[in-house]
Order: sequence, then structure tokens, then C-alpha cells
Amino acid sequence: MDLKIRNLRKDYGRFPALNGVNLDIRSGELIALLGPSGSGKTTLLRSIAGLEIPDGGQILFGDEDALQKSVQERNVGFVFQSYALFRHMKVFDNIAFGLRVRDRARRPAEGEIRRKVLELLDLVQLSGLEGRYPAQLSGGQRQRVALARALAIEPQVLLLDEPFGALDAQVRKELRRWLRQIHDETGHTTVFVTHDQEEAMELADRVAVLHKGDLQQVGTPDDVYDLPATPFVYAFIGESTSLPVTISRGQASLDGRPLALDRFDAPDGPARLHIRPQDVTIQSEDGAVLTGAVVGLRRSGPYRRADISVGAGHARIEALLPPDVEIAIGDRVGLAFSRSAVFPEDEKVLRKAA
Amino acid sequence: MKRQQFRTPSALPGFGMAYGFAWAYLGLVVLIPLAAVALYASSLGPARFMQIATEPRTFAALKVSFGLSLLAAALNAVFGLLIAWALTRYRFPGRRLLDAAVDLPFALPTAVAGIALSAIYAPNGWIGALLPFRVAFTPLGIFIALVFIGLPFVVRTLQPVMADLDRELEEASATLGATRAATVFRVVLPTLLPALLTGFALAFARAVGEYGSVIFIAGNIPYVSEIAPLLIIMRLEEFDYAGATAIATVMLALSFALLFAVNLLESWSRRRLGHAR
Amino acid sequence: MRAEVIADPTSESRLARFAIILLSVAFLAFFLILPLGAVFVEALRKGLETYFESFSDPDTISAIELTVLVAAIAVPLNVVFGLAASWAIAKFDFRGKSFFVTLIDLPFSVSPVVSGLCYVVLFGAQGYFGPWLAAHDLQIIFALPGIVLATVFVTFPFVARELIPLMQEQGTSEEEAALSLGAGGFRTFWSVTLPNVRWALLYGVLLCNARAMGEFGAVSVVSGHLRGLTNTVPLQVEILYNDYNFVAAFAVASVLAGLGLVTLAIKSGLEWRYGDEMSSAHRR
Repeated sequence: MDLKIRNLRKDYGRFPALNGVNLDIRSGELIALLGPSGSGKTTLLRSIAGLEIPDGGQILFGDEDALQKSVQERNVGFVFQSYALFRHMKVFDNIAFGLRVRDRARRPAEGEIRRKVLELLDLVQLSGLEGRYPAQLSGGQRQRVALARALAIEPQVLLLDEPFGALDAQVRKELRRWLRQIHDETGHTTVFVTHDQEEAMELADRVAVLHKGDLQQVGTPDDVYDLPATPFVYAFIGESTSLPVTISRGQASLDGRPLALDRFDAPDGPARLHIRPQDVTIQSEDGAVLTGAVVGLRRSGPYRRADISVGAGHARIEALLPPDVEIAIGDRVGLAFSRSAVFPEDEKVLRKAA
Repeated sequence: MKRQQFRTPSALPGFGMAYGFAWAYLGLVVLIPLAAVALYASSLGPARFMQIATEPRTFAALKVSFGLSLLAAALNAVFGLLIAWALTRYRFPGRRLLDAAVDLPFALPTAVAGIALSAIYAPNGWIGALLPFRVAFTPLGIFIALVFIGLPFVVRTLQPVMADLDRELEEASATLGATRAATVFRVVLPTLLPALLTGFALAFARAVGEYGSVIFIAGNIPYVSEIAPLLIIMRLEEFDYAGATAIATVMLALSFALLFAVNLLESWSRRRLGHAR
Repeated sequence: MRAEVIADPTSESRLARFAIILLSVAFLAFFLILPLGAVFVEALRKGLETYFESFSDPDTISAIELTVLVAAIAVPLNVVFGLAASWAIAKFDFRGKSFFVTLIDLPFSVSPVVSGLCYVVLFGAQGYFGPWLAAHDLQIIFALPGIVLATVFVTFPFVARELIPLMQEQGTSEEEAALSLGAGGFRTFWSVTLPNVRWALLYGVLLCNARAMGEFGAVSVVSGHLRGLTNTVPLQVEILYNDYNFVAAFAVASVLAGLGLVTLAIKSGLEWRYGDEMSSAHRR
């Protein structure tokens, strides 16, 4: 089942939660909606499920208009952030719930329900716990029950809201790998919401980055990391520092001095040059893109981080260097960038350019 | 092995004084007087005690008190559930006022409620005059008074639980295909059940002991509309302490059993469902 | 757009909502608000003049005086108890705590008539201490001390009940901070604990007071109904009513109802204004 989201809008009072979002979700893919809190990612997910009613736009399940259907009719598997397990029901009854509430014509026989629930429990590796109450399970186990319950109704699409948000780091990593495995086994079209970029990058086939109700970029983890489409994506995903530059006929210059960089495809005017710390290398001052002074130096895991003051202003660039690099605070060094990007200062100009 | 301590050590002072005073006061004002009733009743001996407790008029009064209280608490459970739901879930004009009005039976002295109810339901009263059957001076009148005083127990017990009800549970149920009715009956009501039972038990316990709001409307006809608390007072007026304490002991025993059941229910639901009430 | 096609998944249909609201309003109006209205309508049935005349009856005046006196003794006693009990329960961990809490709630599940009976069994003419009291010419039953005791019994849990949950939620860290800054125990209680619970305390006092002034069953047992001497206001209402002096009965009752309404209004105001400073049960 592929999903098409067309110009979806939703306002809460005055501020827009979704600002005309367009997104195509391919059948069978695992896609992450990534963004900080307030970015609209959860609103988008809940709109797909039918838990929120958008103010405008379209949601198509295949060719069917999903907005004409109620939550119940949409047949989506939704895994809630806090799991929303029914406390008064045992694990078995929680998973069986979606089958038992079907009308008589579509309800499987009790034996069939039992077979299916046990099969799902096996899938989520919780066999033998069907008689427990949710209160008697660990966080990770509850998460699995919530997933099994959502899968039981054979959903057209599986939606997960911050599925690992409430778990501690160790369990989170384990479940991440396991969710990918389940996805590959069952082949459901899966959309999950997260604010954790590492989780999105490791788990998803594609990542959709949202910011203030706007869809910033959709792409494979490689795309969004290596070729960020907007300054927000550059700043939000991975580490980066930026310098205020001026563009004139594709040539970037800092404080009036042209930088030895390839020409950028950007309009003339003020802009920001974004560089990731690991893309910075130290060389002699001759032929360097930029020169600067080392003002800070510290060890960071297997690397050494350096803060380098450049230009006439007090702009700084962070560099991630090998631990054996021979520099000291106060040294003047030359810098080269293996990769960089520039975006116009004014976001409105940017949106027009994009 | 560490000896189990009575109290976890704390830096705060004043435990001994506060705890000691609280016990002394509780003992003097509540426990010793209650024990005196039980002691007096037990000094009658089991045979005499049973003879008083099963005497037809006593038995009839206990039956009226407990039977009507049960019915009133049941009606309150149904309407209390609806009212609590309307007050917590819906927004409508006058909601705050109505919410405050739920406490009226707590705020109105029982005697005031009693004369007001009899003014309404007496044969020449506001509503009594309109009805083709008698309400005041019949068990139906008692029932109405007991509904009046019991309602807030159900509503006030349910409201905080409903307010804390996780909307995601209902959303989860809807995404799984349950109709709204199925969600209400299979997900919402079972979650509310412990609180509903607690409210029911509290309303019941209160109704059994109620005196002031009932006696004016009851007519107090022996064997028909005479409640147990009234019978205690009548026995006292006859200086029949034995009779009074025997009836009181039966009532105390039943209310304590109910209180115990409520506590059991709450700790059971806390343990099983992992939350209070 | 198509919002009307898709109902809010966590709410009932409009029809069901309307029906539930209508039933609730009707039930509350019929069972709770109608009786309240009846008190005031019946009290004013013969005009304002007759209404106010009802209060010139010397028996009524002395009943009001007695009620105020009883409340003035009983309420402070229960406040002291409530503070002591909630301090011990909320700020310390000890064995048998939940049993202790259950005992505090005990008077709520005892019939007021039985509460009165307790003291008659202890201090009445044929009670355990009756002969001794008679020999020393002391009177408790059918006198002020008995009425105070019965009132204390039935209003016993109100203050403690409001304070315990709130003080438990607040924990002990502020008190520990005060102690670490050199404050003594009493100072800590006075300037840290008490201000934190002031609205809940006020609320508890109001409830306790309203109940103390309105108590009927328990007081009825121990008072002896001596007109002008041991009649409290609710008992005076009963006497007037049984004398077929309905207007006077409802006029006196309207004062008690007014007291109840004021208590309710203050309670609602407190919950609205200071809800976050009261225990979670009062946050709306």
C-alpha cells in the first residue's frame, strides 16, 4: 500500500502544525518522520491514522481518499508512544482486541484468533507471557505487545509514534534492530516518528525531515546526511558550523576575501557556508581555503576537536582531527574543506530557489 | 540480618510528638467510644444479642436500611457515571455551576435536606401533589433521600480517575477498529470499574447510616419505613442500651466489612492494573 | 471540509453527548437543586417580615449561640489533630501507616447516630461512667460536653483528609532544606510546611466547620433536646418543623443552607484559584 500526502495543512490556533506537506510513501518501505518537537511530525502521523482531522489537503491510501474514512475504517496499526496498552486486559486479550471488536461477519473464530495471537507473540518473542497483565511487563516487553496488537489487525500501514522514546538506551538499540527485522519479515509499509536522528538514520529506508510544519527534505539517510537540502537539515542532522559569507556570481567570500572553493549554484547576496567538523582538514597556510588561529583544543573520544577562529570577525570553525595532529593553541593554520554547502541568509530567498 | 525498624530514620523532627498525639486523640475520641459500644453489646452474650438482632422489628428496620441503601447506591452508580462523564469530558454552558452543585449533599446539613425533601414530596408538596402515588412516608421517600445524599460519593470518586484516563487508550482502541460503543464498553468502563465500585460502596455505606435527611420524609412506620438508626434512637429513649448497642453493632460490623472491601479492592486494582484506583 | 464525516475518535456522537448532558442536568436539577430551592422558597413563603421574625424566637437565638460555641471548640481541636496526623503520615515512613490512615477515615463510615450512641454508652445515666459522673455531679450527656464530643467525632477526619495527600505529594525536601539551613523543627513547620498547605488547610477547616454546624444525627442522640439549653440549630429546625411552624423551620434551615452554599462557593473559588496548591484530587 503506498501513501500519498498532498498539500496537507493543519493549524492549532494560530501556529501551523502542518504547512502544506507533500510526501509519497512507497509500498513496503520503512520511513522516518524526523524533526524536533513542534515540527509537526506527530501531527502528520496522527493525520494519517485519522486521529487528527487536517484542515486541508489530501491523504491517499493507494487510490482511496483516506480522509473520507474514520479511524476505524482506515485499518492502520498505530503504536503509541506510551504504548496505550489496556491495563485491565491480559497480554493475550490486548493483542486479540482488534480482532474481537470486528463485526460478526468479519470476526475470526475464537480458535483462529488464538492461533493468530500466539503466532504474533512468537514473532515479537514474547511466547509464554500471554497471561500477564501489562503492569507485570518491562518497558521493552510492553513495546513489543503494543506492536503485536497493532499487527494483529493486518494493517494497511503501520504507524509508530516515538516507538523507543520511553526506553533506556540499551533496550532501545536492541529493539531498533529487532523492529527492522520484523519489518523485513512482514513487509508492512511503516512510518515512524522520532526526534532522534541516529535512530532515524540507522533504521529507516528514507528519512523525511520536518521543521515548523514544513517538510524540509526527503531522502535516504545518505542523502540527508551528505546532501542536506536546507540549512535546517544541515544543522539538525550531524554536526556543523557555519560562516557568514557573501556570494557574488557563485564565488563565496569571507570579509571581502574570496575563498578558494568551487563555484556555488546560489543567488548573489549574503549567505552562510556550512561545514561539518569531519570535513575540515589542516594544512599549511599556502593554498588553503581559509587561514585561522587555533583557540581551543580538546580530546573527544578517538578524535581531537579544535576550535579555529577565522576571518576578521569572530567566526569559528570546529574541526574533528586525528588525535596525533601537531597543533597547539595559538598556532596559525590553513584549512581545507572536503565538502561544504552554502545557503542564502534569507530563508524566503532559499525557498524560492529550492 | 537487619532488624526491621518501625520507622525509617529521617532528619525531620517531631514524629514522636505528632504520632503520639494523633494516636491519643484518635483513641480518646473515636476508638475507645466505638469499643465501648462493642463491649456493651458483647456483654449481652451471644444468645441475647441474636435475640435482639433478629427481633422482627429490628430485622425489618435493618432490611429497610440496607435494602434501600443498596438500591439508591445502584441508581447513583448509573447516574453518577453519566454525570461524572459529562462533567469531565464535555464542555457545555453551566458546567462549572453543575460541578459545584454535585457537592450540595455534602454542604447541606442533613436535617435541612430532610425537611426540604419532605416539602417537595409530601402529599401536598411541590411534586407530591402532582403524583398519583405517595412518595413521602413510604420506602420510596427514603429511597429518594438516600439517592440525594449518596450521589457525590460516586461522582467525586470517578472524576479524578476519568480526568487521568489516558486518551491514547481510546485512540488505540479506535485504530484497532473498535466502534465508539465498543471502546466505551470494553476499554473505558473496565478501566473505571474499580473507582465505580469504590464510589458505590462509599455511597452505600453513607446511606446505611443516614438519619437526618431520611426521618422527615420516611414517615417512620414500624416494619415499613423505619430505618435502623431511628430504631437505635428509639431504644435509647426507652433507656434500652442493650437494644441500641446490638443494632449499632450489626451496623458497625457491616460498614466495617464494606470499608475493608473497598480497601481490598483498591489495593487489588493498584497491584493488578499498576495504578491507584 | 469533511470533518463532519469523521467523528472525533475519542468522543461520542453529538446525539449521545446531548443525551448524556441532558440526563445529567435533569438528574442534578431534580435531585439536588430542587431541594435547595425548596428551602429558600418555603422560608420566604409568607414574606420577608415573617422570615426575619423567625429569628427573634429566644430558643432560636440560643440555638445559634450554642452551635457557634460548639463549632468554636470542635474545629480547632480537629485542626490540631489534622496537622499532627498529617505531619506524621506524610513526612515519615513507618509500619502500619495505611492502617492508621484507615482508622482516621473510620468516622466517615460510622452512622452519626452510632457516633452519638458511643458517648451515651460511656457517659449516659446507665453508661460505663454514668454513676461516677452522677456522684460527682458532672454532666456530659444532655449537656455541652456531649454535644462537643459528638461533633468532634463526626468532623474528625476532614482536616487530616485534605492535608495528608497534599503533604505527601510535596515530599520532605523543602523541610530538609530548611533544617540544613539551620531552622529548628518548629520553625521549619511554621514557615515551610504550613505555608505550603495553607489553602488546603483553609478548605479542610471550612468543610469541618460546615459539618460541625450542620450535624444532626449524632448531636440529636446526645443533646436531650432541651429547648433554649441543648438545642443546636439543626435540632431547632427539627423542633420547629415538628411543631408545624414550617416557615420558621425553613427560615432557620435557610441559614444553614446559606452557610453550606458559602462553603461551596469558597471551595470552588479555592479550587479555581489555588488548584495547583491543593492535592491533585482538587485540580480541575
